[in-house]
Amino acid sequence: MLANTPLGKLSPASLFVVGLAAAFVIFVIVQAITSPATLLQTVAASLGLGAVYSIIALGFVLIFKATQTINFAQGSLAVAGALFLSFAVSDGHIPFTTIANPLLNIGGPSWIPWVLSVFMALFFAAILGAIVERIAIRPMVGQPLFSVAVITLGLEFILRTLNNDTSETEFRSLEVPWGSEGFKIGDALINWSFVVSIALAIVSFIAVFLFYRSRLGIAMRAVAFDQEAAMAQGIDVGKVFAIAWIAGSMLATLGGIMGTQPPVKQTGAIDPQTATIAFRALPAVVLGGLDSASGALLGGLIVGFAEIFAGQYLSSYASTIGAGYPLIIPYVVMLIGLVVRPHGIFGTPEIRRV
Amino acid sequence: MLELSNLEVVYNDVILVLRGLSIEVPDEKIVALLGANGAGKTTTLRAISGLLDVHEGAITKGTVTYNGERVDTQKPSEIVQTGITQVMEGRRVFAELTIDENLRTGAFTNKDKKSVQDAYDKTMELFPVLKERRSHTAGYLSGGEQQMLAIGRAMMANPDLLILDEPSLGLAPLLVEQIRDIIVDINKSGVSVLLIEQNAAMALSISDYGYIMENGKIVLDGEAEKLRNDEDVQEFYLGLHTDESGERKSFRDVKHYKRRKRWLS
Repeated sequence: MLANTPLGKLSPASLFVVGLAAAFVIFVIVQAITSPATLLQTVAASLGLGAVYSIIALGFVLIFKATQTINFAQGSLAVAGALFLSFAVSDGHIPFTTIANPLLNIGGPSWIPWVLSVFMALFFAAILGAIVERIAIRPMVGQPLFSVAVITLGLEFILRTLNNDTSETEFRSLEVPWGSEGFKIGDALINWSFVVSIALAIVSFIAVFLFYRSRLGIAMRAVAFDQEAAMAQGIDVGKVFAIAWIAGSMLATLGGIMGTQPPVKQTGAIDPQTATIAFRALPAVVLGGLDSASGALLGGLIVGFAEIFAGQYLSSYASTIGAGYPLIIPYVVMLIGLVVRPHGIFGTPEIRRV
Repeated sequence: MLELSNLEVVYNDVILVLRGLSIEVPDEKIVALLGANGAGKTTTLRAISGLLDVHEGAITKGTVTYNGERVDTQKPSEIVQTGITQVMEGRRVFAELTIDENLRTGAFTNKDKKSVQDAYDKTMELFPVLKERRSHTAGYLSGGEQQMLAIGRAMMANPDLLILDEPSLGLAPLLVEQIRDIIVDINKSGVSVLLIEQNAAMALSISDYGYIMENGKIVLDGEAEKLRNDEDVQEFYLGLHTDESGERKSFRDVKHYKRRKRWLS
């Protein structure tokens, strides 16, 4: 019956995904008619969560692009940057020192010192990324990728311990200028942090997109493809690695800061669990394609939508499927996605001449 | 002028590959480096371009100097900046990048936009095939086109010395001729060329000077003309040995034990 339609050409797995998407669209239409306010609020939260995932996913992609390894330390880097901001803004001094944060006395509207402090946190993240790369990753240039991946896993644990030491494993509040406020569209309450996350994701994506087309970005892709051949062109592989780690760690910090705010967390605080945000974003990276910035954006959004929608509309079944079920939704989505596209949505399959 | 003197290279601290190798590549000349598999040709190239590190190799004795300046202590990127670029064996184009992007990686060390554009125009003039397909993914080019892209990529760095490692590898005879003509053209534009080849006939037909390498040492060197007429080179590298009557010998009559190589130089 389907054989002669365009759908007939699809594999059963793709057909399944098309069916899922269609069911989702119908569901959204039904919800739009019956309770538009809840739907709007859910969509906004989904975009917000998706944006946070996308930012973190972009960090994964950048480092993967240069080094061909997944950086498992992304979560701890995110927390390190967020912690730095928390100390600088809430306690008014730089961690481990008594040096007061000079930016707090600048004056003007209260958000100006905060934004400047974010830049300072990004600068700190850049230094941290560069140090980690120089000590742990650079000596591994030209070595098996598996070893490098395990090294990043080790880094995750080292950095996590350092983070926990710094925060004394307590909840550390991370103040944001907009607090926990939001605005209303009709009856739907939309949190300002959703908007900020989305804006940051768009800016990060454009920055990464432009970077890929620059001289250095092309060099990075060349290094990812063939390190030795890239070296033969006069590309300094070490420098490319350092830039990838600096950029990746800055993106992680942005993600870490937004990861303490709704919709990821309602508390607005950094706790030992914050580092797991990277592992929650990992399905987004894999689904989008490990080496694609557009994939990170789309993967992040898909996973964000799936997680929030499941949390909103399946909550009455929580007694059957378990209370923490939204957290496994990203992985379920990733599994379904990978069956249809093993390289991810925009991932590069190996190029082969036929 | 590129000078390698008494170069000794060891891999993994134990495997001695080059045993006191000395080569000179004078300016604006084509020099051929010939040898069988495993003679150490590619190792020589790595020693020049600073890529031994990646393969756990190291220069234990001897020096590499370019225009009087030592390059064996420099990083690969610095060596490219001094004007030496190489085309690696097996082409090694970045298959996932487009042709344009591949060429831009070649110009990485050159920050001056105008001279990059000049190099780009020159490369496109040299390889019209690439111009038609500039936004195509490099991985889908044919073998010959990939070799041209690899040479073009190296030319983007505006080199004074171009090192080619087996440019004829795996190419049809007609394409080998095309590549040969391109090498001659590049040389005419003032670039000196070090040609590493197994295809001795092709290499000696265009080079000014030749070195023959065996087991990490130079066993014979001389003007290309002289090498072409050398009896041993003819038999072992050019496959031109004729019997007394001047006819080409049939493989059936070849007796390998009859004559042994004796390099007298």
